[in-house]
Amino acid sequence: MSFVQFLINGISLGSVYAIIALGYTMVYGIAKMLNFAHGDVIMIGAYTVLTLLTGAGVNPWLAVLIGMVTCTVLGITIEKIAYRPLRNASSSLAVLITAIGVSYFLQNIALLIFGADTKSFINIITLPPVSLAEGQIVLTGTTTVTIIACIIIMTGLTLFVNKTKPGRAMKAVSEDRGAAQLMGVNVNATISLTFAIGSGLAAIAGVLLCSAYPSLTPYTGAMPGIKAFVAAVFGGIGSIPGAMVGGILLGIIEILGKAYISSQVADAIVFAVLIIVLLVKPTGLFGKNIQEKV
Amino acid sequence: MAMLEVKGLQVYYGVIQALKDISFEVNQGEVIALIGANGAGKTTTLHTLTGLLPAKQGSIVFEGKDITKMPAHKIVEMGIAHVPEGRRVFSQLSVYENLIMGAFTRKDKKEIAENLENVYKRFPRLQERKNQRAGTLSGGEQQMLAMGRALMSNPKMIVMDEPSMGLSPIFVNEIFDIIEKVSASGTTVLLVEQNAKKALSIADRAYVLETGNIVLSGDAKELMNDDSIKKAYLGE
Repeated sequence: MSFVQFLINGISLGSVYAIIALGYTMVYGIAKMLNFAHGDVIMIGAYTVLTLLTGAGVNPWLAVLIGMVTCTVLGITIEKIAYRPLRNASSSLAVLITAIGVSYFLQNIALLIFGADTKSFINIITLPPVSLAEGQIVLTGTTTVTIIACIIIMTGLTLFVNKTKPGRAMKAVSEDRGAAQLMGVNVNATISLTFAIGSGLAAIAGVLLCSAYPSLTPYTGAMPGIKAFVAAVFGGIGSIPGAMVGGILLGIIEILGKAYISSQVADAIVFAVLIIVLLVKPTGLFGKNIQEKV
Repeated sequence: MAMLEVKGLQVYYGVIQALKDISFEVNQGEVIALIGANGAGKTTTLHTLTGLLPAKQGSIVFEGKDITKMPAHKIVEMGIAHVPEGRRVFSQLSVYENLIMGAFTRKDKKEIAENLENVYKRFPRLQERKNQRAGTLSGGEQQMLAMGRALMSNPKMIVMDEPSMGLSPIFVNEIFDIIEKVSASGTTVLLVEQNAKKALSIADRAYVLETGNIVLSGDAKELMNDDSIKKAYLGE
């Protein structure tokens, strides 16, 4: 395969990471917490869609929509039950550990409901592949849809945050929660909305991920979740464009690493990149320097 | 009946009691100053009033309605705007975006546009810099922005915490001029200040706080001539 082909595959995988990373970065920016259960929401989304397709024969688009709604409700519920009571806890470790607990909880719930065996995901993307450069480069339907979905989500989210009232409320809460309250912003509702959006996107990411790599287990979401977290930190956690760029770069690095170095150490390379970036620029590529107020 | 009635307010930070027994009243149209040393409980009082801190005991009644347990974002809707200590403008947002955030509770677009025009009229400097990031403004300009942002909600009462802190003497005078104008336009003002002299000079009445209690209150002009006040707060 050619370099360009690897690059395209990398961008495609990176687009999935980017969509997941958006959930991480928005929640971090607004609720100031790392939701390590985010990856597992992806897995729940994928199982929901798969079950609807195989068990009930639901129309694929409707299945994805129901999957999104399920994840949205799940995200809001997790925040309300597990994280909100700890919002003013003296240690931020409490909520971090809770998030890890929620992650295991979701994995084990999936284990209980769907079993431990690997389910093969049904690709619902029917777009035919496109051959370019006399068959040297092939854009599969999944690749095309993934990249387009990523662009649409990125654009939509940027417009939402900058142009709408709830979006401005998010920016305000992310900068100064107390001052935002004094403007009349309902902080709890804003944080719920953030979880809702992040989790809805996680469902899309789950479908795209499993369409490209069609094996689904209760642990499917864990690794992409961690990698998307790396992508978010890489791009500068809290920054929406950062999550996008970080995700795509990470996908490219992973695929090129697999292709030219070794498929065994590809993951190690991904984490090595994170370490190097953090050494050189601790705030990430798009991270803002946090100025202490006097 | 007073516009704002605070009775027997007690507030704790964990086990430490910050407010022991705070009671005061603000009547419609008045300028009321809360003065006192660092740590007396002035800021705590304001934070409790606007819902950022919970009260352990006591009540806060605004226009006949008990707002003691109301969340902060609802209190803004009631018509109380809070200009916090240290301005706390949204430094990553532009001046214009900050002002629009101030009108978050307002639904009527025409009213928001009118408020914006009034704020720009009152603070021409903000209009000149409307597309600039708030973080790049000087301290005095940020104070103006914080005040303009509060006025965007069309408040019945504006609560200001240390508006003169850290400002050059010229800006201090300008800020106090603006407070007087805001008051003259019909908005009730509750002012917390360490600059007691300035605060008393524009206030109708004042309350003196000491370690979580109100130790003295009365007409601002009379307090200005009170010997103990002169000694403790006016540096005379």
